[in-house]
Amino acid sequence: MSTIVQPVPRSVGRQIGRTALDWIPAVAVFAIGIGAWQGIVVAFHIQEFLLPKPTAIGHAFWTQKSVLWSQGIYTFKEALGGYALGSGLGILVALLFAAWRPLAGAFMPYAVAANAIPIIAFAPIMNNWFGLLNPFSKMAIAGVLCFFPVMINTLRGLTSVHPSSIELMQSYAAGRLSVFRRVRIPNALPHIFTGLKVATVLSMIGAIVGEYFGGPIEALGVKILNDSSYGNFTDAWAGIVMASLLGIVFYAVVALAERLTTSWHPSARAFHTE
Amino acid sequence: MSAIAVEPSRRGIVGALPRAAARALLLPLGLAALWGLWEGYRWLGIRGHWTWPFKVNDTNMPHLSKIWHAFGQPLQPDGPPLRHYLWHYALFTGKEALAGFALGAVIGFLLAVVLAHSTLLRRGLLPYIVVSQTVPILAIAPMVVLGLGTKGVNPWVAVAVIAAYLTFFPVAINTLRGLHSPEPRALELMRSYAAGRWKILWRLRVPASLPYVFSALKISATASVIGAIIGETPASLQGGLGYAIVNFNQYYSTQPANLWATIIACALLGITFFLAVVLLERLVLKRAPEHVA
Amino acid sequence: MNAVSLKGVSKQFNAGVTALDGIDLDVEPGEFVSLIGPSGCGKSTLLRIIGDLTKPTAGTVQVNGKPAERARRDHEYGIVFQDAVLYDWRTVAKNISLPLELLRWSRTRRNARVKDMMELVELTGFESHHPWQLSGGMQQRVSIARALSFSPTLLLMDEPFGALDEMTRERLNSELLRIWQETSSTVVFVTHSIPEAVFLSTRVVVMSARPGRVAGLVDVDLPQPRTSATREEPRFFELVTRVREQLAAAGAPLGETQEPALVEEPL
Repeated sequence: MSTIVQPVPRSVGRQIGRTALDWIPAVAVFAIGIGAWQGIVVAFHIQEFLLPKPTAIGHAFWTQKSVLWSQGIYTFKEALGGYALGSGLGILVALLFAAWRPLAGAFMPYAVAANAIPIIAFAPIMNNWFGLLNPFSKMAIAGVLCFFPVMINTLRGLTSVHPSSIELMQSYAAGRLSVFRRVRIPNALPHIFTGLKVATVLSMIGAIVGEYFGGPIEALGVKILNDSSYGNFTDAWAGIVMASLLGIVFYAVVALAERLTTSWHPSARAFHTE
Repeated sequence: MSAIAVEPSRRGIVGALPRAAARALLLPLGLAALWGLWEGYRWLGIRGHWTWPFKVNDTNMPHLSKIWHAFGQPLQPDGPPLRHYLWHYALFTGKEALAGFALGAVIGFLLAVVLAHSTLLRRGLLPYIVVSQTVPILAIAPMVVLGLGTKGVNPWVAVAVIAAYLTFFPVAINTLRGLHSPEPRALELMRSYAAGRWKILWRLRVPASLPYVFSALKISATASVIGAIIGETPASLQGGLGYAIVNFNQYYSTQPANLWATIIACALLGITFFLAVVLLERLVLKRAPEHVA
Repeated sequence: MNAVSLKGVSKQFNAGVTALDGIDLDVEPGEFVSLIGPSGCGKSTLLRIIGDLTKPTAGTVQVNGKPAERARRDHEYGIVFQDAVLYDWRTVAKNISLPLELLRWSRTRRNARVKDMMELVELTGFESHHPWQLSGGMQQRVSIARALSFSPTLLLMDEPFGALDEMTRERLNSELLRIWQETSSTVVFVTHSIPEAVFLSTRVVVMSARPGRVAGLVDVDLPQPRTSATREEPRFFELVTRVREQLAAAGAPLGETQEPALVEEPL
């Protein structure tokens, strides 16, 4: 259905727990994990370039925070541009397909095939097309990566409407546009967000991997690659931390938007009752 | 008075055409359309000197026939043709991806079985498993490959580890959902037979999870290929498709067709993996395919 | 002028199955008519033909003296399905006002009507709830309120209480009769249940299966208003027996007419 990553279903969210007490095991695992990592690196004298100590990564992150921040923002802008482009186009195409089904029937096999190919391999092509230093080259690859999951999920949402929901609108002699506005689009919202959440991660991956194939020195991906090829693994890890933080925040913002716009959804039940 | 005319049958001639024939027609038709779009855009772009969104020329959009010919062209004088290299590159990358795919799928499945039985572990580990997918995992690829490489680990194993990581997540999450999918009543039925945890797992939970597992494996199949290709790029690990991409990318301005041919090889490898899982699913799941995940 | 007038209505599906064959039926204004018959007799299809949700293969359909399509466009009827078909993304109040929005009623007029309807189906206080927060019976009441919100003269109901438990069903039966009398509308009601058909209707249309035909009509002369005491009158049982015999004569295998005993036990 999607490339690389899959949406986290809400049911999984429920299994994680929602009260403060439920989070204790998670916090414990975090502390134990970091502690064990530090302990193992120290105890077995693991060479720094393989796995730096968490404290070393933390230190590197802190001392380079302003550079990391500006590099992170540079890359994040590329990701965001691609995200807007790819997701927007994905939703538009899905609307078009849902309005004209034969079109969808003809194109869907290709969408499935496109989903099965490693699209990221096109990153160097984008760099050649739009220029290494042009941020649009990264936006393009991020956009292509975002397009398919958003389009496929949106289309699924627009078309997986209960037949009697449509019959009801027919009984009111409602027009096609009205059916879209009042039934198909609201029905698709949870699906659209599933696609949009997957796309956040894909857009970050697209931007960073695009930079691995060449980009300006101001970009985070270029910094990570340079640091690791010169053996500065601690600095490279600090870059990864920055990329991860941006990725998590991006995902969280979209998840929050989902929570706000689909609070009516039955899976939000827990937040309404009791 | 309204005389409602006899409604013509909705499915006219189109419905009468055998569906299989229509499907068989779709592939060459689609490829032809793609070819037409490419060549048409190219022709218009070159005539009109289009520079937006990118400059249309022989380098950026080589003739598709040139890309096709590139497969047969030798890389060095008197050497074997490109397709010979690409075939071996694809085998190499496929081996890494397959090893990673198998490793990731097994670990993901086992972890899901463990998590399905322990609320404490679920609460402790699941948040990190979930958060780990919001992290651009591929960004760590160079680190893992270069890092493990310096420790004398065979580089292809390091690449397989990345492929495994990308496979692991969807399998773990989906298997967990699948193991929890049986209805309470199905569980009560098993308990009424005095079935223990182990029996419930093998007779009920695992069979119920299979459709979920396969829908994850289909995602992971492509993900493992992506992981292998990207894992190869920083390591200058010779002999794989990722290496070929980096290599041909450097000569793009003079020989663009080689890079395009390599990307087509990547696409074919990804589709092969995907189709292999679909085939496996058909063989294992005899029931009607379900739409899960 | 009849509320519903069917003349020689037939419906064939693509596979060559004849669902309905030569149905003639007139429903007068203010009547409560039930369509009863074995599964596959096409009673739901007939209801959808009256509502112009599907077209007949032959014959004419008139609703309030207009062709069915015209009547649908003029919002002459409201429909209630077996599942309530409420939109999850709308609150109860907004679900009820959906047809009013489509009719471009002003907000104040909509709000006033929704308030009235909530009172009619005795759900006042649940306006801002979401459908999934209500029980099945309450959801079906919302669905009835929505069907009646724009005061159509005709109410089409497709096994509306089929998925509810017996006690809820009987309570909603009484409520429906009260609403029917208060709104003085016409109801065409599809059901599987003989006692339900007899209790509710002024007339029961017994249908046979394969192909669907009108096998008989039973006039129900039980006095109005009907209460739970009505269900215990000898006349009620006589009429139930008559409908059952007509169904048997129409070739319905015994047991198939009854609602399958699938009352969900709460876990």
